Amino acid sequence: MEIKRAIGVSPGIAFGEAFVLDSEDYPIPKRSIRPDETDHELARFRDALQRSLRELEELKRNVPHHLATEIGPIVESSIKMLDDKYTHRRIEEKIVKGRNNAEYAVSSVYRVYVKQFSEAAAGDGIFQSRIPELQDLERRLIRNLLQEKKVGISQLDRHVVVVAHDLTQAQVIAFDRHKVVGFVTDAGGRTSHTAIVARTMQIPAVVGLESISTDVSAGDTLILDGASGTVIINPDEDTLKKYRALQRNLLRERHALREVIDLAAETRDGHAVKILANIEFPEEVKTATEFGACGIGLYRTEFLYLTPGKVPSEADHFEAYRRTLSLLGDRELTIRTLDLGADKMGVEGSVKEANPFLGCRGIRLCFERMDLFRPQLRAILRVAALGNVKVMFPMITSLEELQRAKAILHQVHLELEREGVPHEPRLRVGIMVEVPAAAMMADVLAREADFFSIGTNDLIQYVMAVDRVNERIAPLFQPTHPAVLRLLRKVLEEGERHGRPVCLCGEMAGDPIFTILLLGLGLREFSMIPTLIPQVKKVMRSVTLKEAREVAHKVFSFGDSARIADFLTERTRKIFPEAR
Amino acid sequence: MPTAEREVTILNAHGLHVRPATKFAEAAEKFSSEVIVSKDGNQVNGKAIMELLILAAPAGTVLRIRCEGPDAEKAADALAALVHARFGIE
Repeated sequence: MEIKRAIGVSPGIAFGEAFVLDSEDYPIPKRSIRPDETDHELARFRDALQRSLRELEELKRNVPHHLATEIGPIVESSIKMLDDKYTHRRIEEKIVKGRNNAEYAVSSVYRVYVKQFSEAAAGDGIFQSRIPELQDLERRLIRNLLQEKKVGISQLDRHVVVVAHDLTQAQVIAFDRHKVVGFVTDAGGRTSHTAIVARTMQIPAVVGLESISTDVSAGDTLILDGASGTVIINPDEDTLKKYRALQRNLLRERHALREVIDLAAETRDGHAVKILANIEFPEEVKTATEFGACGIGLYRTEFLYLTPGKVPSEADHFEAYRRTLSLLGDRELTIRTLDLGADKMGVEGSVKEANPFLGCRGIRLCFERMDLFRPQLRAILRVAALGNVKVMFPMITSLEELQRAKAILHQVHLELEREGVPHEPRLRVGIMVEVPAAAMMADVLAREADFFSIGTNDLIQYVMAVDRVNERIAPLFQPTHPAVLRLLRKVLEEGERHGRPVCLCGEMAGDPIFTILLLGLGLREFSMIPTLIPQVKKVMRSVTLKEAREVAHKVFSFGDSARIADFLTERTRKIFPEAR
Repeated sequence: MPTAEREVTILNAHGLHVRPATKFAEAAEKFSSEVIVSKDGNQVNGKAIMELLILAAPAGTVLRIRCEGPDAEKAADALAALVHARFGIE
């Protein structure tokens, strides 16, 4: 038995035999052909082309109905791209005039396309995201040329977990959900398009495992837990039993929770609570609304900045925000401005910092880099004219910082006004409360901020001086530490006193263990990963405010986090037996 | 040889992606003139979907369409109109 941990991108537990897909790079045989071989090579190419087209047509027919609007067009474009007769002509010329074998002819034509396209699209997120689809065309043709006689997934009669170096969106979409119960990859991150497709299709997945495609052999038994990012290779009997029980509970839970989605978000005694979703990509709005979110409490914008060597333009920002807003309808949208350190972005001139978490990140970086900040603010002001939009600044630690950020926003507003560009002049401005200094100063910051959004992940990290990614000290990351809870109470009280709504968008918001306590402390806006909404709502609907306040009161009589955690777990289990 | 040139701006929010490129190539194919589309000095065959696509032209890009052949004028008009009608999509 071997346990690996990386990034869980799509929750759920899956069991299956490992099905190892070949590494994506097929060796491309290159050889010169004799003139009398050209007809044969041409026929091979045309044959591979026809088979590739048939595969895509079949894929198109098999797109599950509920995914048709999102995924159908992707497959359709692949067909259009593959079926371009001018491309066929180029390839045939390479065979006839260049005397190249079919594999090499195909490969060189598509690689030139990919190269030119990547150069032309440098920095354009939408176009960049199409590159894998282009590469997929080449791979498909080559695979058909090499006439691999490998067993396809569709011929299997058992559940498999697909293991690969990396997977394209198209590959994940093509999975037969009756056979493929999950996938794991060496490459990838939370924000890759493949991860989003996995979440949309609700296939459990763990990515970023670095060497899983070589660690695992075909036929190994795998367990994957897509919530915690755990992969277990050849588990022992006890582990198998444990995970089977977990999976049964999870399925039962999911089923039961479905019923909660359409019910109102309120306490048992009828006090309304806002449940919002955290998202990063416009595509995630659909999942958010499906799970019953009444809006987006945290819209992360970092993805716009992740193309190396390119600063996103105002148009890039505006287009992404506009799309998200159009999918949301009248629901509210809170956009968080750039929250990264320069090291993460491949921004030129970025300095490697010894302590990036205590370094130049979030609003601090924005002040240094107006070329990153101003286009974003312009786009936010413009999109706010089109719907229910708010903005919030991350990493605020002092009143001066907030005033400075607001002054820049005001300048940008005046600039838009001078230019006669439609925008929202009275945009609501809030702050992320994630630095202890900001939490302590909530009463003062309330003068300048229209609302607060508590980022508990960072707040806990900073309060406890614990990097939770560091396994040696991860247990010291304690959301239930009284110091953390006192700060939460402080922010909620000051928000209430000054009439400033307070939202909580850290992981605590989506963990049912904390729901009752947070309600009791006065929290009325919870923002979380969409799939966690039903469980939180279920707990919420089963308590009265009076009960919740009693729980909060009791919690504050304890002095240590373990006791608080036990008490809350026990209290929550009465309502939600699966709470861990 | 008659030649006609037009300058057009991509209005579709997602730029010249696969569907617009397909519409353009199909429309261009109906004319006997050669159709050359260029962006910042990059010239491609306007009848070829993949070549149009690798221009990677986002919304707002200005493209030059040059048609050469007996029906150059007609082709240039029709293609410019198609681009400005957002290719009939969106």
